[in-house]
Amino acid sequence: MAITREDVLHVAALAQLELSEQEIARLTEQLGDILEAVGKVSELDLSDVPPTSHPLSVVNVFRPDEPRPCLPLEDVFANAPERDGDHFRVPPTGVAEESSA
Amino acid sequence: MTLDTLRLTAEEAKGLLERREVSGAELRAAYREAIDTRNEELNCFLTLVDADENDGVPIALKDVISTKGVRTTAGSKILDEYVPVFDSTVADRCKAAGLQLLGKTNTDEFAMGSSTENSAYGPTRNPWDPERVPGGSGGGSAAAVSAGLAAWALGSDTGGSIKQPSALCGNVGLRPTYGTVSRYGIVAFASSLDQVGPVTKTVRDNALLYGIISGRDDRDSTTVEVPAVELPEAEDLKGLRVGVPRELNQAEGIEPGVAESVRRAIDLCAELGAQVGECELPRSVEYGLACYYLIAPAEASSNLARYDGVRYGLRVPADSYHELVARTRDAGFGDEPKRRIMLGTYALSAGYYEAYYGQAQKVRTVIAREFESAFESFDVLMSPTSPTVAFKIGEKSGNPLAMYLTDVLTIPPNMAGLPGLSIPCGLSEGLPVGLQLIGPQFSENTLFRAGHALERAIGFDTVPERLR
Repeated sequence: MAITREDVLHVAALAQLELSEQEIARLTEQLGDILEAVGKVSELDLSDVPPTSHPLSVVNVFRPDEPRPCLPLEDVFANAPERDGDHFRVPPTGVAEESSA
Repeated sequence: MTLDTLRLTAEEAKGLLERREVSGAELRAAYREAIDTRNEELNCFLTLVDADENDGVPIALKDVISTKGVRTTAGSKILDEYVPVFDSTVADRCKAAGLQLLGKTNTDEFAMGSSTENSAYGPTRNPWDPERVPGGSGGGSAAAVSAGLAAWALGSDTGGSIKQPSALCGNVGLRPTYGTVSRYGIVAFASSLDQVGPVTKTVRDNALLYGIISGRDDRDSTTVEVPAVELPEAEDLKGLRVGVPRELNQAEGIEPGVAESVRRAIDLCAELGAQVGECELPRSVEYGLACYYLIAPAEASSNLARYDGVRYGLRVPADSYHELVARTRDAGFGDEPKRRIMLGTYALSAGYYEAYYGQAQKVRTVIAREFESAFESFDVLMSPTSPTVAFKIGEKSGNPLAMYLTDVLTIPPNMAGLPGLSIPCGLSEGLPVGLQLIGPQFSENTLFRAGHALERAIGFDTVPERLR
């Protein structure tokens, strides 16, 4: 499985990681090696086998839908990098999309 | 009274407290003294807790376990200053049982690793040989117990992060059945695999601590009711059917000294009255690692999306939101989390999902069925926990695939949600060898019983030779 620099840039964008040139070079090589190793799973013909997403056969765990106290706002914001009243403050959301389009 | 924390088991400490032969404060002081003496060399603790209102047996918690008011980093710079405003259920249950918290232990970043070298806070060193790794990701907890810096500890195990460091440090480590211990408040890595469990000096200590932390929790809907924990007493294995899976015992890369030590322990099972036979797991071992390194990174890439510099954790300022998120994540995550996020994102991306993630989920079914079939004939399966003894710091850190291979024997049962207990079974090259006992789901009591009888018969000295 050959991984190209473009693959790495595409996946990094999906994963919201701004990688350095050095990281891009290293990951291009390493991801190729790792994908070749894990690609081993495709050797098996498993068309009749159902997938497992969870190790226990537990389904539909319900509880009564009753209001309960949640964390006080002061606790919610205790670790916030920037707070604006009862909101988390972030810079404008549109700029990066326009510039990278 | 002089307390030798290197020798004192948690059960003995509990007895001393109950008989009022020692106070909680004296006990704490003894562990603090051991920490002051040895932690600088070993780097087991990331955060020390100076005082605790409880006065029970002192415990250390891996730093992926949220502790209210006590910094919880997950070994990452992205959570360097993060102080949880709530307790995880396991921390809460330890508190309710009166255990006093000594501190938070070192881990590979987000529990991703097998050597604790991926911690953003430097590697932990193995108390048996400080030039070597303690295993990982829970190397801090394992080294702390082994060096007498805590009476017992909790770790978390996704691909082997309790079992493997326990093996490399000469401890008893249990990765419980998936769903028996709450994941509420645990820094998530791969949610269908993550499980918290005890790291201890003895099997009985392990059963005691598992009894404290296990059981259904309304805050984690994947938890279930758990059979009452029985403290093991029997010193024989009469009636127990022990299976020796060929592939788990003859896998490439198992060191001869490790194989020999495990072989002796299995022979001992027969002497103790067990029926021992061979069995097969033809595809579980061959495809287990590949299956794991698709599913775990896929789940990790989703779980780690939450670190965006908005609600908590590191923030690298930028002019736009998207730049802020991408820069924060680049600056905050180390190499291994980035590698796994990239791998997982790739495996889940359009065009590759079925071939990688979808296929891995089917392999997972194959693995579960193979174990199910083995358990029709056997109560417990045995193998080495790790193919090697503790390796040198730096030996594998430059080669991700070589590092991933260290989990080749612990991963297959984890994929099937099975419990696994690692107990020390001897030395190879002067370093501890771990024996892995695997049982069907919810068979912890059987594992404790078998582990206890073997522990007695083996008579392994858990104190590192250089500290005796």
